[in-house]
Amino acid sequence: MVANIKDKTVIVGAYNTKFSKSSGVSELSLAAQAVKGAIDDAGLKPEDIDGMATFTMDTNDEIEVARAVGCGELTFWGRSHYGGGAATGSLHQAVMAVSTGMAECVAVFRALNGRSGHRFSDGVSGAITTADAIHWGWYMPYGLLTPASWVAMFTQRWMHNTGVTRDALFEVAHATREYAVKNPNAFFHERHFDREEYDNARMIADPLQLFDCCQESDGASCVIVTTPERARDLRHPGVSVRGVSQAAAPDQEQMTSFYREEFAGIPEMETAARNCYQMSDLTADDIDAAVIYDAFSPIVLWQMEAWNFCGHGESGDFVLDGAMRPGGRLPCNTHGGQLSEAYIHGVNGIVEATRLVRGTSLNQPSKDVNHALVTSGVGIPTGGAILGKMN
Amino acid sequence: MNEQEQKAFEDEIYAFVGKVVYPTTPAPDDINETMIRQWSEILGETNPAYLDADWAANSSRGHTISPPAMMYVWGQEGFQVTKGRAPNAMSTLVETFNRHGFTGVLGTNVKQDYMKESCIGDNISVHMVIDNISERKTTARGTGYFFETLSTFTDQHDDVVGTQRFKVLKFIPQEQPAAASDTDALAVPTRIPSPRGHDNKWWWDACDEGKVLIQRCKSCHTLRHPPRPMCGECQSMEWDSIESTLDGEVMSYTCLRHPVIPGYPKDPICAVIKLAEGTHFVANLVGCEYEDLRIGMKVKGKVEQVDEKTMLPQFYPV
Repeated sequence: MVANIKDKTVIVGAYNTKFSKSSGVSELSLAAQAVKGAIDDAGLKPEDIDGMATFTMDTNDEIEVARAVGCGELTFWGRSHYGGGAATGSLHQAVMAVSTGMAECVAVFRALNGRSGHRFSDGVSGAITTADAIHWGWYMPYGLLTPASWVAMFTQRWMHNTGVTRDALFEVAHATREYAVKNPNAFFHERHFDREEYDNARMIADPLQLFDCCQESDGASCVIVTTPERARDLRHPGVSVRGVSQAAAPDQEQMTSFYREEFAGIPEMETAARNCYQMSDLTADDIDAAVIYDAFSPIVLWQMEAWNFCGHGESGDFVLDGAMRPGGRLPCNTHGGQLSEAYIHGVNGIVEATRLVRGTSLNQPSKDVNHALVTSGVGIPTGGAILGKMN
Repeated sequence: MNEQEQKAFEDEIYAFVGKVVYPTTPAPDDINETMIRQWSEILGETNPAYLDADWAANSSRGHTISPPAMMYVWGQEGFQVTKGRAPNAMSTLVETFNRHGFTGVLGTNVKQDYMKESCIGDNISVHMVIDNISERKTTARGTGYFFETLSTFTDQHDDVVGTQRFKVLKFIPQEQPAAASDTDALAVPTRIPSPRGHDNKWWWDACDEGKVLIQRCKSCHTLRHPPRPMCGECQSMEWDSIESTLDGEVMSYTCLRHPVIPGYPKDPICAVIKLAEGTHFVANLVGCEYEDLRIGMKVKGKVEQVDEKTMLPQFYPV
């Protein structure tokens, strides 16, 4: 087949910063200047930029650049690997994103202090002070060092704001555990637990206790994506991607978006949900089952709200009504989730969502699963996808 | 840990002194020629008193003897160890050390004393106790405690054939100095510092001087924290800063119970604080119990020296 991107994208702005042997500023500053310059050249505004493409070698996080420049939501970022091989590689990412409608205005950039900072002639030696390292520097000295600690900070405030209690966190942990009990590949296969064991487990970072946290696991997961034409001739009924979105929201940080006016929320996941529903022409009512990213129990609840399965602050009641259970409104994390099967960074979730649509989950709900949701990590730039039976 | 916490911890570990690790346990196999031959082969041992029956028949003993150093071998658990051991006093002690940050482990001494010879057909039993635990020591590897086990080996006649003392250092691991370092002194662990680059060095430098600054756009006067090179509101790259009064209100908080991190106080409390100037700020809450914290409570900060190398803003309840 021939790629269908012909004439579907156009370069509208271009800009170089001053080139020198010693910029005297950070690579983040160079990136911000370049992106702003190209935006001005195009006659656009920072908030028009909804996608970024760069090199895997670039030290500037897309969200740091977005925040510096004052961009709004991002729905695409993509990096290209292999040093200078990424030059047109990053343009390629942008073309794919724009031609498919994943983003409308993508900034393709590369910023480096290649002489005054990390020199290529140094080979692989030398420490690099990246924007990412500086970001973590605002938290490390205080002891805010682990994913549990970052999520705990959101959880404490969210529980305070909504009145949701540990009962709901336990229900998330218990519902997924009961699925894992029947999954021979799950860490907790045949290992039930009860409220007493849950409550008595050690505190990790208040209010998160041991069983609110996922497994640390070794393993790998993979899915294969092809065209509908190829899919028709293959072994299993096809599982179509009805919608898929990346999403970063304004003032996004990695795990520590504490600087939003109200930070007990995940606006980036709301963006992903809005986009996926628009792309697929579906609503929450059409979703029959879900694999919701569960590095920690409370984040499952926030996502149920973000994806509109219930209103803000109502997710506690939603799960306590049995929504996640086999006969519930939204059978959820039927493999046991990352809390109880394994933590393979959510890709085991894509495998399970595929099985749910195929009808082959070990805990397949009795109802027909026409559409399954699968989501990405929480607190970070994130995303989600809606899978459905191939027509 | 502070003095009180150290006392409580030491009470806990010293209670292990005298505890039995293994009650008298006979070896699964009697002393036998095969294992002596294999052990000798691995160690390059060629003594005919252990290995050569003909030679030994003509010696003063009239028979081979078991290498005395093998007394510890006969009671070893074998391959099943790979599937884990049942907890005992020593593993519990080690866990206790680990839980308090003394995760480093270094075997430092083994001393064996031999009282009676053994030969093929004898059966050796081992009995192990935790014999002693040192006071807190500062070593080149880090601060820690030596603990020593005493194993007593007896034969089927209940005669003591030998003893073994095994000393282990449990310590808080330290960062090793760079190879090029010109000093042998090892640093006490301190908090992990922020790297300092173009966009944040000025902030941390001011913190070292006892001041908390907030970056301000020169063009539209919007405050921003953490610092970054461009104003997200008006895209100006010109900025100055104001000094915070460090009056604030708790927006959220957590206490880091696990894991214990060397260089940090036990159970540090971290909070997101809304400063009076309007920007949010992450720092430690101190001078209060976790149970007394509430979202919305007023706090006041000051920059304090928290360890040998680190100046940090610390907030106290008002």
